[in-house]
Amino acid sequence: MFDIATQLFESPDIRFGPIDYEKDPEIESKWTHNAEFMRLYEFEPARPMSAAIVKKQYEKLEKKIEEDKNLYHFMIRATADDRLIGKAMIQRIDWANGNCSLRVGIGSTDDQRKGHGTQALKMLLRFTFAELNLFRVTANVAEYNEGAIALVKKLGFTEEVRRRQSLEREARRWDLLVFGLLKDEWLKQVQA
Amino acid sequence: MNDIFTGKLVRLSAYDPKEMGEAFAIWARDSEYRRMSDARAASLPSAKRAIEFFEKDLEEMSSAIHFFGVRALADDALIGEMVLEIIDWAGRDAFIGLSIGARSNWNRGYGTDMTNVLLRFAFTEVNLQRVTLSVFEYNPRAIRTYEKAGFRHEGRLRQFLNKEGRRWDMLFMGILREEWLEQNMESRS
Amino acid sequence: MKDLFRGELVRLTSEEPDFRAKIEVNWQRDSEFHRLADGDPAALNSAKKIKEWIEKNVERDFNPSRYFFSIRALDDDKLIGFLGLWLELVHSEVWVGIGIGERDYWGKGYGTDAMKLCLQYSFMELGAQRVSLGLFEYNARALKSYEKAGFKLEGRMRKEMMREGKRTDTLWMGVLRDEWLQMQNGAKP
Repeated sequence: MFDIATQLFESPDIRFGPIDYEKDPEIESKWTHNAEFMRLYEFEPARPMSAAIVKKQYEKLEKKIEEDKNLYHFMIRATADDRLIGKAMIQRIDWANGNCSLRVGIGSTDDQRKGHGTQALKMLLRFTFAELNLFRVTANVAEYNEGAIALVKKLGFTEEVRRRQSLEREARRWDLLVFGLLKDEWLKQVQA
Repeated sequence: MNDIFTGKLVRLSAYDPKEMGEAFAIWARDSEYRRMSDARAASLPSAKRAIEFFEKDLEEMSSAIHFFGVRALADDALIGEMVLEIIDWAGRDAFIGLSIGARSNWNRGYGTDMTNVLLRFAFTEVNLQRVTLSVFEYNPRAIRTYEKAGFRHEGRLRQFLNKEGRRWDMLFMGILREEWLEQNMESRS
Repeated sequence: MKDLFRGELVRLTSEEPDFRAKIEVNWQRDSEFHRLADGDPAALNSAKKIKEWIEKNVERDFNPSRYFFSIRALDDDKLIGFLGLWLELVHSEVWVGIGIGERDYWGKGYGTDAMKLCLQYSFMELGAQRVSLGLFEYNARALKSYEKAGFKLEGRMRKEMMREGKRTDTLWMGVLRDEWLQMQNGAKP
């Protein structure tokens, strides 16, 4: 399918990288103070976190990855200077059935609307299908997250389930949309 | 969507035990501050002790308890703290506590703004049905602030406190979801 | 107020871990039951292992977001199945896991009756805004039962499961609070 030399973690403007415990907690702490970002990225109540708490969360995450073996996490870094700009996750991997959930977030408003999310999701899909050998991916998106809906549709996802009124925010209920993409569908896109 | 972390004068920020502990040790030296916010006999904790106390608080980070630092928008200074704690999910009711540390920041509208921001968070992010608080009879400034925010008097524990040689009541106040939405949201679906 | 735990054909119970584990062993040995109820590869756990799991996950301190029941038939008091509820506290959504382990009790209305109790408990005791569940495309009996109980099909996750060399869809269903309340007042599902 692809050359072994093809870089899994490099894109024109962004790259996947590991957690940098020195620099990243401070940056991610800032994202958590942005209520808009938190409400797009999380279904849990938004809460601002200190760098110390973010650091603890990184430790918990790395432990979970090692113990549960059904989860991958990548920091999204700017190719130019390795600056942290977002994060990406492959979650709830069901190895027997070959499926998983994907999540991508670009943390700071200045870095959004530049195509970074698209590059990140493309790399995440390639990793999932060509390195983890999974069969299908799911993306769960809130009805009010227009950016994410546009992104997954652009990359060929199909809206499969409308979980009616599953979320509550701003004193009203919202639908949660479930999008799916199968390996064959992804291959067709990539080879086109 | 509304920016639920930001009010007119203040914003919610992370609760950092070290920063909060150091600030609290200073605020607590004003015994009036202590007497307004704590029923127990006023004491003087060291910054170290206060930091340990706040670190322990943060051990219990669950969806049932939310700690916030409060910063003034003007200069980003840490001026106070707030807590939202759901005691029992079945009732979808939470207790709140808030305080403004330095006397120079009292009577400047911060309390009203903080209360409004916290209520917005409680009703439109945690989706609660009511919010409860208790306040001491000898704290009329706070009582007035809560009344302005829409809280109603629901009862009092008579002669609960013993300060300055006399007994005082502890007041309970509450606000319902419908009441707050009606006063604060233009349209809902 | 009504008895939340008693239906027309079944009742909800809590069982001693010892006893419950022994019954579960037998259910696990019926691979058809496993494949209808569970997406993980079939496994054969010892009664001891199952008992430990029950004690660790079911018998601990009260957790406001998890509720486990066993299901007994009213006519002969036989332990025939299980019911697990996960309540997403902030958004008030209940996820259901249900299974009738005794195959002699399939297709006779016991499952549907248990689901009725489950919905009543979710809406009238847990205050849910919606109840959700997933099921495998090849489980036609469950699909019919859930539709009768009031669930609406909200979509299908294509080819999510693979068994016996064949890819199948996972169906997703949900029932909203208003819909369920209307059903209680006579509206048809």
